[in-house]
Amino acid sequence: MENFTPISALLGGALIGVSVSLLLLLNGRMAGISGIMNGVFSAPKKEEIWRVLFLIGLIIGAALFQFLTQGSLSVRDGYPLWLIIVGGFLVGFGTRLGSGCTSGHGICGIANFSMRSISATLTFMASGMLTVFVLKHLVGVV
Amino acid sequence: MKMNLVALLAGIIFGLGLALSQMIDPNKVLNFLDISGDWDPSLAFVMMGALAVTMITFRFILKRPAPVFESSFHVSKQSIINKSLIMGAAVFGIGWGMTGYCPGPAVASLGLFSMESVLMVVAIYAGFFAERYLVRK
Repeated sequence: MENFTPISALLGGALIGVSVSLLLLLNGRMAGISGIMNGVFSAPKKEEIWRVLFLIGLIIGAALFQFLTQGSLSVRDGYPLWLIIVGGFLVGFGTRLGSGCTSGHGICGIANFSMRSISATLTFMASGMLTVFVLKHLVGVV
Repeated sequence: MKMNLVALLAGIIFGLGLALSQMIDPNKVLNFLDISGDWDPSLAFVMMGALAVTMITFRFILKRPAPVFESSFHVSKQSIINKSLIMGAAVFGIGWGMTGYCPGPAVASLGLFSMESVLMVVAIYAGFFAERYLVRK
């Protein structure tokens, strides 16, 4: 239980909840990030702009936090790039096949009491934990 | 116009949340997924924090006839738990465990000038396109 940070985790999570709520209340959209990312290149033109702006907002939000806290977040360096390339591909492929990611299923879907989203969330949590177990404790690549 | 501003603002708040909760840090995510190692349960609290808000707000929001700036809600009404849902979630989990990034933190990390997140975002899009041509064709 090293580096356990429950307070900032709860507060940061609440901010995410506020963001998701605003997007639903005002624009009627679910803030599923994989869906928003995918829609940038597949939605009708009129639907693309807000998606791009949301993603730019994500980048601004992270940069703003880093600026305000004078670089409190460390940036990982030297992680095996083949893991990023293969893993990134699987994240893209899997979130489309399974219609959502941590935000879409894990936050929006569960808040909507969707059994579909609860099943998906339990599945990706389990497979993520299994993957880390294999990579770290059995194979030892990370 | 208003909807675009809302999207930008919601994105900024979401990005701040990912940064404050440190969900943006892929190593912290890997420590959360590493239940047999030095387990860091913090990220379960991120989800609880978010759900504590959305479980309440969604009840009120979805009772409205329509959202404020749009004529109807765009909410998935699909309820079938099928093979692609479970397979897709399992594949996503493998990628998440390999990298420590899910889509939100991957994009937000671009704001920290993380070089690997550039590669991550490109790889995610490659996965999107591959799925579209292999599965949906």
